[in-house]
Amino acid sequence: MNILTINNISKSYANHKALSDVSMVVPKQSIFGLLGPNGAGKTTLIRIINQIINSDGGTIEINGEPLNQNHVRLIGYLPEERGLYKKMKVGEHLLYFAQLKGLKKKESITKIRHWFKKLDIPDWLDKKVEDLSKGMQQKVQFIGTVLHDPELIILDEPFSGFDPINANIIKDEILELREKGSTIIFSTHRMESVEELCDHIALIDQSHKILDGLTKDIKNAHRSQTYLVNHLGDIGSLDSYYKIVESIPMEDNLIETKVRIKNDSDSNLLLKHLINQTKVVGFNELIPSINDIFIQTVKKGNHG
Amino acid sequence: MDKILLILKREYISRVKKKSFLLATFLMPILIGGMYALSIYLSVKDSDEEFLIKVIDESGYVADKIEAKGVAKFEVVKGQVDSIKKNVEEGEGFALLYIPKIDLYDAQGIELYTMQTPGMELESDVDDAVENALEATKMDKLGLRQNTLDSIKTRVSINSKSLSGEASTSGSSKVAMAIGTISGLLIYMFILIYGSQVMRAVMQEKTSKIVEILVSSVKPYQLMMGKILGVALVGLTQFALWMILTFAILSIGPMLMDVDPQVAADAASGMSVAGSAGSKAQALEAMDKLNDVLGEINIPLILGAFLYFFLTGYLFNAALFAMVGSAVDSEADTQQFMMPIMMPVIVSMMMLGPVLKDPGGDLAFWLSMIPFSAPIIMMVRIPFDVPTWQLVLSMLLMIVGFMGTTWMAGRVYRIGILMHGAKVNYKVIFKWMMSKD
Repeated sequence: MNILTINNISKSYANHKALSDVSMVVPKQSIFGLLGPNGAGKTTLIRIINQIINSDGGTIEINGEPLNQNHVRLIGYLPEERGLYKKMKVGEHLLYFAQLKGLKKKESITKIRHWFKKLDIPDWLDKKVEDLSKGMQQKVQFIGTVLHDPELIILDEPFSGFDPINANIIKDEILELREKGSTIIFSTHRMESVEELCDHIALIDQSHKILDGLTKDIKNAHRSQTYLVNHLGDIGSLDSYYKIVESIPMEDNLIETKVRIKNDSDSNLLLKHLINQTKVVGFNELIPSINDIFIQTVKKGNHG
Repeated sequence: MDKILLILKREYISRVKKKSFLLATFLMPILIGGMYALSIYLSVKDSDEEFLIKVIDESGYVADKIEAKGVAKFEVVKGQVDSIKKNVEEGEGFALLYIPKIDLYDAQGIELYTMQTPGMELESDVDDAVENALEATKMDKLGLRQNTLDSIKTRVSINSKSLSGEASTSGSSKVAMAIGTISGLLIYMFILIYGSQVMRAVMQEKTSKIVEILVSSVKPYQLMMGKILGVALVGLTQFALWMILTFAILSIGPMLMDVDPQVAADAASGMSVAGSAGSKAQALEAMDKLNDVLGEINIPLILGAFLYFFLTGYLFNAALFAMVGSAVDSEADTQQFMMPIMMPVIVSMMMLGPVLKDPGGDLAFWLSMIPFSAPIIMMVRIPFDVPTWQLVLSMLLMIVGFMGTTWMAGRVYRIGILMHGAKVNYKVIFKWMMSKD
């Protein structure tokens, strides 16, 4: 079941194209990473989903229904550019956000208190926003985003401005929200958090979607049959089945060599072959990180 | 609609709770009350003060006839000018009035020597006293008597009446002018002060980056309208409080100050109508006249029209201010766009004079139809009787006008609030306005 279906969305501004014919599906209860370099069109896509701007063409469905005003209630959005009214009290502010999403006052206050407890925040209802540290304001903004129990949570660079401890707290909350049934779309440049959290990703570059799918499938597809071998002593010459990508001498005679297997061989045969040539102390497959895939794919796109 | 109300409520409450709002709201009536109290105090004090003026009369025309006038008392003395001057310097009397040998029919060279510069009131009183004395001397020479002269004097009071309407209204054009000017001025102030507050609020929402969170819950148009209406309500609240508090201070003040209410009334009417507090009788007469005129002026019409133009004029301009606020990134960038918004308002204020001269003329008519100037100019015209069709047309045009500006502003606003760091000029704004949804 998909919570969000995007079909052939296009959007152009006066002097450039922000999205060309972008389609993707976001499965329910997934954590979906929306990746792409600056200016690729991520924010435009997110704004279209939030009905802040309209697309030029294409359709969007939420739970199978065409996007409409009622969906505002189902979405929680934390934009990259975010702020709070400095002079307002934290309680009033969160209440305002909740009411704008259509929550009743009493219900909102219960939920605010619930989240304060959950995020280990003292009773700040009467504290002014301007008296909070930046990290604390970020926490308040996060609460504002999820207060109305949205089914779809869209977070644009959620970890910017958080220290590692608070970032971890938020990360855990994201995972917990998913357990409880929410779907999270997650737009970021920070690849390590993508790797950790996202089970699906889509990559947008220069207004086109150039890659999407399950994170593990994408990683598998980008495996290049390359192995990292740590060995003592010279590796000697290898069969024509194998290619030495690079060889870097380390301390104490230890050498680290990247070996790529060509067709008609596998890791077992390579290992067998290596054992005869040198003393192997380590043998690992080189799995590309999302960061590598990101850079590789974007570069390829730019050259093509 | 619910969401506009939520935004309006937040905007209203956060503004009304501000210290600056409370300060301005309560300080203004106290200031007015203070000025009023001061004028009463001065008028009460003035009547006690007298200045003794020594008179040397070499002509012989004045000495016998001069009489005390207003604050000036006279004492005719004989002696050398220099020695009397010395006496005045030493504190004997306030001034020396020196009348040389003069031609009765062409009095030149009369001089008043003082230590301190005399007040305007004293100077005019001395002037009057000398003139009276000279006139009396002339009358004697011509063998005229005061009662003969009095019987010649004729007093005529002409009431101006308009030709339009069965209930022809008469009224002192001075009062009409005052009412028109004051209401025009209030509307002008309201538009500029609260309009720029809307602009600043929109800009702050944009620069503090809260706006994107908001527009994911409400439509940009709702956000803008909620803001404009919220600020309007703040303005009306302030205005209503000013009226109530000023009225309270003016009616309770004299009681507290333990001043004879009649004196207070004299002072008040003296201030507004007679220009300077004259004798009691004069003041009372002026007071009566004021009441007459106020009775003849259609107060409900003026109040109603005032509220209407107050609001529509504000709405018309506030949308433009909101548009500017949404387009720029900082206060400094607003300058270039403020000019065309402020200009029509300022020009309308400059047109007050010509319009007052001819409230039914072509200039007045056209300026009171164009929504840019109509709120101010129409208010100036209303006390002078405006044909109903003109009033209705002007009111309708205001509605058309502010629907036009809010539409325009809404279109710029929805794009402007999300644009950071863009270089904005008129061309860009126009492009935003025309861009599709």
